[in-house]
Amino acid sequence: MRKPYWREISSTWYLSSWPYRWFMVREMTSVFIGAYLVLLVMWLFRLAAGAQSFEQMLVAMRSPLSVVFHAIVLAAALYHSITWFNLTPKVMPVRIGEERLPDPLVAIGMGYLPWVVLSALVVWGVLR
Amino acid sequence: MADQHITLSVFRYRPGDDVDPVFQDYQVPYHDDWVVLDALNWIKESVDGTLAYRWSCRMGVCGSCGMMVNGKPLLSCAAFLRDYYPEPIRVEPLTNFPVERDLIITLDGFLEKLKSVKPWVIRDDVNGTDSEFLQTPAQLSRFKQYSMCINCMLCYAACPVVGLEPKFVGPAALALGLRYNLDSRDHGNAERQSVLGSDEGAMSCTFVGECTTVCPKNVDPAGAVQQEKVASVNDWYASVLMPWGRR
Repeated sequence: MRKPYWREISSTWYLSSWPYRWFMVREMTSVFIGAYLVLLVMWLFRLAAGAQSFEQMLVAMRSPLSVVFHAIVLAAALYHSITWFNLTPKVMPVRIGEERLPDPLVAIGMGYLPWVVLSALVVWGVLR
Repeated sequence: MADQHITLSVFRYRPGDDVDPVFQDYQVPYHDDWVVLDALNWIKESVDGTLAYRWSCRMGVCGSCGMMVNGKPLLSCAAFLRDYYPEPIRVEPLTNFPVERDLIITLDGFLEKLKSVKPWVIRDDVNGTDSEFLQTPAQLSRFKQYSMCINCMLCYAACPVVGLEPKFVGPAALALGLRYNLDSRDHGNAERQSVLGSDEGAMSCTFVGECTTVCPKNVDPAGAVQQEKVASVNDWYASVLMPWGRR
């Protein structure tokens, strides 16, 4: 007589191995990036409210807490971007005839290169 | 070498006798060319004939002997004792599946999922059956990787979504769906979309990526599922922007 046994999945399954932990870190980066987007919207409101309001926020952003927050957001964004660029060749493999373009080439062409170019444009736009 | 031993701690579940599974330790002779499957065969022949597990080819082709070896989904015919010795080895049935007995998992759900993606060539022309369908090497190369699956189900054991969402079609079946969608001889794309593009299909995947890591045949189911997501999104936009189009 069949009597299959069902094993429970632990509610902390994501702590059970390193790949799962890194996956969760990746998912959690969205929380910080989301928080940063809220901050950007706040900047827009301050900008609309006038120069004095904007200056006040600028001062507030120099607090150690804010610096730590921005450092965490940067780390989260970098981790998310780099892991995503590395996964791009899986999501969008490029084929030429019978051959599949090597994964690093796709990651560079679709991810890292546009990233560097766009970042350089932004830096140029800010510093000029 | 022959007088050295290694401990195998094996998951036992005997329906009718055991209410809950137990771990049973076996002292197995250590040989550096033995794999976990050799050790299990030795146990079954020399110590305990009641131990139940699946195996067939013992050379990584049949896909029958997948088990959790120290918590990792592996083909037990490819898990060498020497990689663990002298530490004990814990052997369990693949996770995310019900256990039929000992190391044997229930396959019913997996087989249903496999069937749901219609893993065969679907043709629009009914009378095409008595002719050959030619294919160039370039056309073959588009899906060949995804056709290498041996249905060992290691990817299902590695995928947390499979465990958390029992209806999720899962990596191997989704990769096989893509394999036929990419086949130049096949016309079944729209027919499969109702499964691949459903809530239980590719979109349930959160891209943990472990299915690809554990795959013994380099099928890359994670990549296949992401490509299906892209295809599903394109399909959705096409249906919204061009409702008069096909399907």
